[in-house]
Amino acid sequence: MTRVVLVDDHQMFRSGVKAELGESVEIVGEAGDVDEAVEVIKAAEPDVVLLDVHLPGGGGVEVLRRVLPSETRFLALSVSDAAEDVIGVVRGGARGYVTKTISGGELTQAIERVAEGDAVFSPRLAGFVLDAFAAADVPAIDPELDQLTQREREVLRLIARGYAYKEIAKELFISVKTVETHVSSVLRKLQLSNRHELSRWAAARRLV
Amino acid sequence: MRERHGTCDHLLVSETPGGETAQQVPARLERRVGQRLVGGVCSGLAGHLGLEVIVVRVAFAVLLAAGVGVVAYVALWLLVPQRDEPAGPRNIGQLFAYAALVVGLCLFTWGAGALNWAVWPIVAGGIGVGIIWQQADPERRRRWVRSSESMWLRSVIGTLLVIAGLVAFLAEKIHPGQAGQVLLGSTVVLAGVAVVVAPWLLRMWRDLDAERRERIRSQERAEVAAHVHDSVLHTLTLIQRSANDPREVQRLARSQERDLRAWLYEPKADAEQHLAAAVRKAAAEVEDHHGMPIEVVCVGDCPLDDRLGAMLQAAREAMVNAAKYADGEPGDQGRTSSVSVYAEVAGDDVSIFVRDRGRGFDLDAIPHDRMGLRESIIGRMERNGGKAEIRTAPGDGTEVRLEMRRNPR
Repeated sequence: MTRVVLVDDHQMFRSGVKAELGESVEIVGEAGDVDEAVEVIKAAEPDVVLLDVHLPGGGGVEVLRRVLPSETRFLALSVSDAAEDVIGVVRGGARGYVTKTISGGELTQAIERVAEGDAVFSPRLAGFVLDAFAAADVPAIDPELDQLTQREREVLRLIARGYAYKEIAKELFISVKTVETHVSSVLRKLQLSNRHELSRWAAARRLV
Repeated sequence: MRERHGTCDHLLVSETPGGETAQQVPARLERRVGQRLVGGVCSGLAGHLGLEVIVVRVAFAVLLAAGVGVVAYVALWLLVPQRDEPAGPRNIGQLFAYAALVVGLCLFTWGAGALNWAVWPIVAGGIGVGIIWQQADPERRRRWVRSSESMWLRSVIGTLLVIAGLVAFLAEKIHPGQAGQVLLGSTVVLAGVAVVVAPWLLRMWRDLDAERRERIRSQERAEVAAHVHDSVLHTLTLIQRSANDPREVQRLARSQERDLRAWLYEPKADAEQHLAAAVRKAAAEVEDHHGMPIEVVCVGDCPLDDRLGAMLQAAREAMVNAAKYADGEPGDQGRTSSVSVYAEVAGDDVSIFVRDRGRGFDLDAIPHDRMGLRESIIGRMERNGGKAEIRTAPGDGTEVRLEMRRNPR
């Protein structure tokens, strides 16, 4: 069974998630701030950490900075829709991002997927990535990393339209595994690209 | 403040050796404006040094007549904090007496040839500087802000006096060949004044800045409080009252969440003018009306025009349909009952996708009187040069795809 650590500064939310996940995963630890999280994760060595983006002590990004590189994989969980937060935590090393409104069943699926080393994109994250990589007229410094392939774009658009991986596979006549490969490849680009546009785009979205 | 006091004490000790005779703990050095003749400097000094007021005043009168006193007095006036008490009336008789003493001394020394006319321009200049400095006294700042007329008058008079003093001094003293030295001297004096005044101006500027920032902060706090009160608390009350109606509770919670989210994170885009904002707004309205969560993702944006407005109407109709029929079969746990809306602007192509994971239906089986689908979605799109496609199958949900090419700009 997948071993999971919950990191969130709201006790109430942690209990809620625990109740929703039920028996499908094994919760091996909980933490409410950055220091505690680093300690618990290093001690428990879980498969997956459900990581809140906003945490006292530096946020989810700080936890990632202090724990990675590690065998443990991270799934970011947030109520915030601010692009900067989302892109920040994914570039910090999280393998996916979902909003806190996600249902229990979907969350379990997302955890399994991240545990297997795949990426999890919410419709909103897919939208962010499409937006950030949209400006095709800007010359790419490293085409390998700075541009999405046509296929990756198609996959992301279907995610944004609310399609599950299985439905995407059916729509594009490819296997679910291939869909996962495309999404992982997008995640890699998102994390490694030095694309100037990406940071500028995220900064421009610093709303409020 | 501390540093400033240090300067004052130092100045006192060097000027008046009598200071060391003070036995008991000296009173705090502050200007006693309650017993002032001019600025309360002398009475303050007397209290601080434990001397009779009259001794200090006479000493200052002598120093004033010698010219040095002007600078000392003005410096003390500026640097010594004012005692927290209402300013008393000036005793005109005494003031006249001291003035007469100063003038008498001046005439005497002038007559004796010990000092020449050059002192007077310095005195005039000193008074001018004094007026400007006094005007900048922080305690009086507010009053001057209000009575800007007298502020201008004082500034003008002060400046005129300074200029008059300088000109008179130069005209009196200057000999060809000395001009350079004189100019150098003036520059040094002005630089000195600048050094004295600069930290004070800086502090005043910082005070004003801090005050302004504090005001903005408190305004923001008030705005947040008002918002929380008007919307969040209100919704929480409503949720408690409709606790036995899960659908209504969900609707209220969603609507409040969306409202807060928009308030916190969304740009203040005008829903009348831009596609993305308009799509979000339409989705919010449908969500509110039908109590069905609608997830909106927008990529790119463009200004609205008539045709895109029609497209938006079609999308809205599709959302309404989706919200009505998105519910899975009763007892169908695994299926999420939510609607996904995806709007994309890529170059000149605008697409909007509305998808639900509901029962779906057989497209050919829908009766012809179902105006919603045929007229308000497909018909509307075709009339405006776009196209609509509906994909559905029983048990597979429904997706409405709207596409349109933007008007050439």
